[in-house]
Amino acid sequence: MKNNKKRNLLLSLILAAVCVAFLLYVDKFQHYSMLATVLKKGAIYSLVAVSLNLLNGFTGLFSLGQAGFMMIGAYTYSILTIPVAERAGVYQYFDGGIVQICLPMIVGLILAGIVPTIFAWLIGKPVLKLKSDYLAIATLGFAEIMRAIIQWKQVGPLTNASNLLKKFANFDSILFPFVVSALCIGFIVLLINSTYGRAFKAIRDDEIAAEAMGINLAKHKIQSFLISSFFAGIGGALLAMFQSSVQASTFTSTMTYEILLIVVIGGIGSITGSIIGSFLYIACSEWWLRFLDDPSSYLGVNIPFMRPGFRMLVFSVVIMIVVLFFRKGIMGDREFSWDGIINFFKKIFKKKEKTAKEVSSQ
Amino acid sequence: MHDAAYYIQLLLSGVTVGSLYALIAIGYTMVYGILRLINFAHGDIFMMAGFFMVYISAECSLAIAVPVVLILTVILGVAIEKAAYKPLRTAPRMSVMISAIGVSYLLQNLANYITGGIARAYPDIPFLTQVMNVGGLNIKRITIVTPILTIALVAVLVILIKKTKVGMAMRAVSRDFETSQLMGIKINSVISMTFVIGSFLAGVASILYFANYGQVSPMIGAMPGLKAFVAAVFGGIGSIPGAVIGAFIIGICESFIKANETIAVFSNAFTFALLIVILLCKPNGLFGEKLTEKV
Repeated sequence: MKNNKKRNLLLSLILAAVCVAFLLYVDKFQHYSMLATVLKKGAIYSLVAVSLNLLNGFTGLFSLGQAGFMMIGAYTYSILTIPVAERAGVYQYFDGGIVQICLPMIVGLILAGIVPTIFAWLIGKPVLKLKSDYLAIATLGFAEIMRAIIQWKQVGPLTNASNLLKKFANFDSILFPFVVSALCIGFIVLLINSTYGRAFKAIRDDEIAAEAMGINLAKHKIQSFLISSFFAGIGGALLAMFQSSVQASTFTSTMTYEILLIVVIGGIGSITGSIIGSFLYIACSEWWLRFLDDPSSYLGVNIPFMRPGFRMLVFSVVIMIVVLFFRKGIMGDREFSWDGIINFFKKIFKKKEKTAKEVSSQ
Repeated sequence: MHDAAYYIQLLLSGVTVGSLYALIAIGYTMVYGILRLINFAHGDIFMMAGFFMVYISAECSLAIAVPVVLILTVILGVAIEKAAYKPLRTAPRMSVMISAIGVSYLLQNLANYITGGIARAYPDIPFLTQVMNVGGLNIKRITIVTPILTIALVAVLVILIKKTKVGMAMRAVSRDFETSQLMGIKINSVISMTFVIGSFLAGVASILYFANYGQVSPMIGAMPGLKAFVAAVFGGIGSIPGAVIGAFIIGICESFIKANETIAVFSNAFTFALLIVILLCKPNGLFGEKLTEKV
């Protein structure tokens, strides 16, 4: 047993080193390639998907407000980190806006987590009393309300109304979103494996039984909701940096649906599933399936139905197939572990051996 | 200050929008009453009905196009139920809801693919868009036709549910899914019937809505869909008169909010704020029945 632990640690370290080396390579030699874009966006979406999974998959709260919290995070970050000299240009219709400070990047990032948490606390108290689908609609509605408020002309000096926010502090290295996401996801993993995490899972499995066992439902639900919105906010700030501009009209309910579908593809209740799901989803939608939108001929055959939009159609059909027939997604509710992988290969190997023996004995 | 005619005009347009929401809301409330599922794809069925009309009316006259569109919409609604919801009947409610979201995503992308993402002009229906002069007000005929048609359809629907055997079966199923199954009610045909009625009404609403609005685009179904759902919750989910009254209130409020420039941006947000307030103060809506949770 102890031996296994040492081996697993070693394997994890090797994997981490390989990943870092790979990222450094991409950062250095393919900085502007599609691969780099997919990696950056994938890392950001992983964080957001894991934060949604904490709510939907681990606490059983069906919330659809994630895009709203991301938007608040993105706005908090960008409002606070635009250099003072640039403000007159960005807020050109609002005389440079009312915020005239520029915070360092890290402080902005942390505040991008804290501000959505405050909003989550305000909305969470009443809304979390609601049951499954009502909760979903109420949180979806909350996100829409926030979007309308941000676009309102009267708050323009603060949020620049429906105009773009840009020129805020940005990351250059591809490693940055990875480090932030890894830290946040690491925290969520620790949380899930703690007593809090076990309480969340108990609530998910059976609310009434959990309450009977002495778990404070209201307290744990709001905890999960606050933590989820904190990380959604940070994810939103990272997304803002990735896009290097923010506009409220992009944070629609479609974005929440997209994240929800990533969670479903990865497996509801699996952190590794969400991460794999995000990278797969982003890689497919941004890169690998691009050829489906291209009507030019392949191998001399002109395929007339391949035109812009076909990619998303194929994509949504695949998602429906996953939802209907592979309800567990890629990982189900299992997590990645070295023991699991080694056992998996052992099994395949044994099967082969067995069949080989059977064949030879005949 | 505006004169009285201005306010009457606003009120009338609110009533029109409200009746359209009512037609869509009935589809939500009936499906929710029976399957306990928010049919997220319902707004997109409404959108697809709009596109059916665009493409079919290009081929043949309106007199043929209208019934064909309604039939196609009904087929689409029932097909979605059979393909995406029926296999998940025993699954947890969350999976079915995710499936509904998936269908909505699929329909939007399908429409986007077929149209190339461009809004299409809706065929002109002269009977509906004709401007009439009533008591000094210039209004389109559609403004008057819509509420009347809605009320007539709702009346027929209420009679159908109260008096016929199918209606009785529907009420039984929405009261208790499993017991009614044991009583010999064919669950699947009842559910199909709900989707037939819901989709038919969404089809009618789409003709009236787009004839007035003038164009159809792939993402247009989501907002009216969600608003109609709010109307259904407002009136008490499962209750048809409740949904209609809720829809009228939302339509009229929206019309007045849109007219005021400073707060016009909140026309969508208002609906959701209303939803949250209603859910917190009166979770069963205006006319909803109180459900007791069984362990």
